[in-house]
Amino acid sequence: MMSHLVVHLLLLAAVFVVAAPLLIAFIFSTQTPAQIFSYPPKFTIGSALVENYKTAWYEYNLGVYMKNSFIIAVAVTVGKTIVSFMAALALVYFRFPLKGAIFTFILLTLMMPTEIMIVALFELVTKLGWSNSYAALIVPFLASATGTFLFRQQFLQIPTSLVDAAKIDGAGPLRFAWSILLPMSFNVIAAMAVIQFVYMWNQYLWPLIVIRENARQVVQVGLKGLTSGQDATNWGIVMAGTIIALLPALIVFMLLQEQFSRGFAMSEEK
Amino acid sequence: MDTHAAYKSRWLPWVLLAPTFVILLVFLYYPTFETFILSLYRVAFFGLSKQFVGFGNYKEIFTNPEYLQIFWNTAIFAFLVVLLSMSVGLGLSVLANQKIRGRGFYRLMLIWPYALSPAVAGVIFLFLFNEQSGIVNYLLGITLGITPNWLTDPVLAMALLIFVAVWKNVGYNVVFYIAGLQNLPGEVLEAALIDGATPWQRFWKITFPLLGPMTIFLLIMNTIYAFFDAFAFVDLLTKGGPSNATNLLIYNIYRDGFEYYKTGLAAAQSVILFVAVVILTIIQLRFGESRTHYGG
Repeated sequence: MMSHLVVHLLLLAAVFVVAAPLLIAFIFSTQTPAQIFSYPPKFTIGSALVENYKTAWYEYNLGVYMKNSFIIAVAVTVGKTIVSFMAALALVYFRFPLKGAIFTFILLTLMMPTEIMIVALFELVTKLGWSNSYAALIVPFLASATGTFLFRQQFLQIPTSLVDAAKIDGAGPLRFAWSILLPMSFNVIAAMAVIQFVYMWNQYLWPLIVIRENARQVVQVGLKGLTSGQDATNWGIVMAGTIIALLPALIVFMLLQEQFSRGFAMSEEK
Repeated sequence: MDTHAAYKSRWLPWVLLAPTFVILLVFLYYPTFETFILSLYRVAFFGLSKQFVGFGNYKEIFTNPEYLQIFWNTAIFAFLVVLLSMSVGLGLSVLANQKIRGRGFYRLMLIWPYALSPAVAGVIFLFLFNEQSGIVNYLLGITLGITPNWLTDPVLAMALLIFVAVWKNVGYNVVFYIAGLQNLPGEVLEAALIDGATPWQRFWKITFPLLGPMTIFLLIMNTIYAFFDAFAFVDLLTKGGPSNATNLLIYNIYRDGFEYYKTGLAAAQSVILFVAVVILTIIQLRFGESRTHYGG
């Protein structure tokens, strides 16, 4: 058996390789250009911490981009959770004709990532008059097979005796959904929140295409503006920008990672 | 499974399904269909003229050496990214799943890049691998006396893209493989232990086959990642250069569609990528258990 010491050393090495780029990014986000270009480079906190972050936030508009990303990510996370919950409720707790067909209809969209249709989707969104708008970044993402199936899987694991009991008590489907299903689905909702928030927060290609106005741009695309300034790139400000841009998704992930993993583990059991 | 379906209503299920149905129809099915149609046209003058060319765009793509190179680039990139991020992910998961102190810590420290965007990773690596002032070349310079031209050498540029993509995606595989390892039936592993199988035998003869469905699922997810999320890496690090050496299909679709306004060609390349995704999904549905798609 491999000794525990070797296992620890290997894991620590991996943890270091994974973390090093971020640590370096943070250290240099606190340095002035002179400190960054000094030789040998200094791996200590520099003197421009506040200044770099302020410049990135105000002068390079990161504050505005962050607000836009936040609106979009929250709108989709909340919207998709509700829409998916409703769809799963219908698929699991109702008998109705064409159920199999509807199920297949949703299942097939797994094969249609947005990226393969950017050309046509851009034309559609332009025809709708949504170019440069939040709607273009929100509405197409409000429903997904992922969300529907995550809730469906959760509902199928809830014993049928619960719904039978609710029915005997005279609870209608909406009442049952609200007071029994919803409280029992918090794990899935947390997993959904992480998956959707991170997915939306990190989108890059689609906003790059549809948003042409800086006031509406999202933070991931905004970062690109930091690296391509007219003057020589001030890497301290760029690194400050990346740290700002990655924090919200990272915080959401860290806060909910337990539930996120349990949501995964649960769906992987079946 | 239909034992859950306790309720019956003529209209309520349809109302509940309507938002999902409408959005998927309008924003996924219709644009997918339109992409097929667009791929049969040649669009010129910024969309003002549209001419039916049948499979002309496909013919152009499959005969033009520049496009063939893009396919080749995409295949190499996807193959290596999938292979490396999955094998490293599996190796680390096995290590982090041992009964050791601090497993929770290791697990968390390995999976957090899941929350990181390709764009952020791209910008950070642009800085680290900067040829003049980057930390990587500084360290290579003082230890080995070399300062490689990461972004102007075709092979190194591709290697850098692959490295970033793997670095960012290992954590995703660790999430799933650890979940998979924890769900393995303990009795089988214990039986093997009693039979005196070595750890190496136990892994390849028992653990790895039991993780089979998970591996197939991850194979698909990693390939989709390599096809699509690679866009930000290319756009921020290499812009497809030097001389097309790191131009990948998704990047070229963007360029043809939105920089050169060759809409028909962009649509045809999208259809080709779509077919690849469909084939992969069919493989998954046939050989893996049906699993949820966690992309979006």
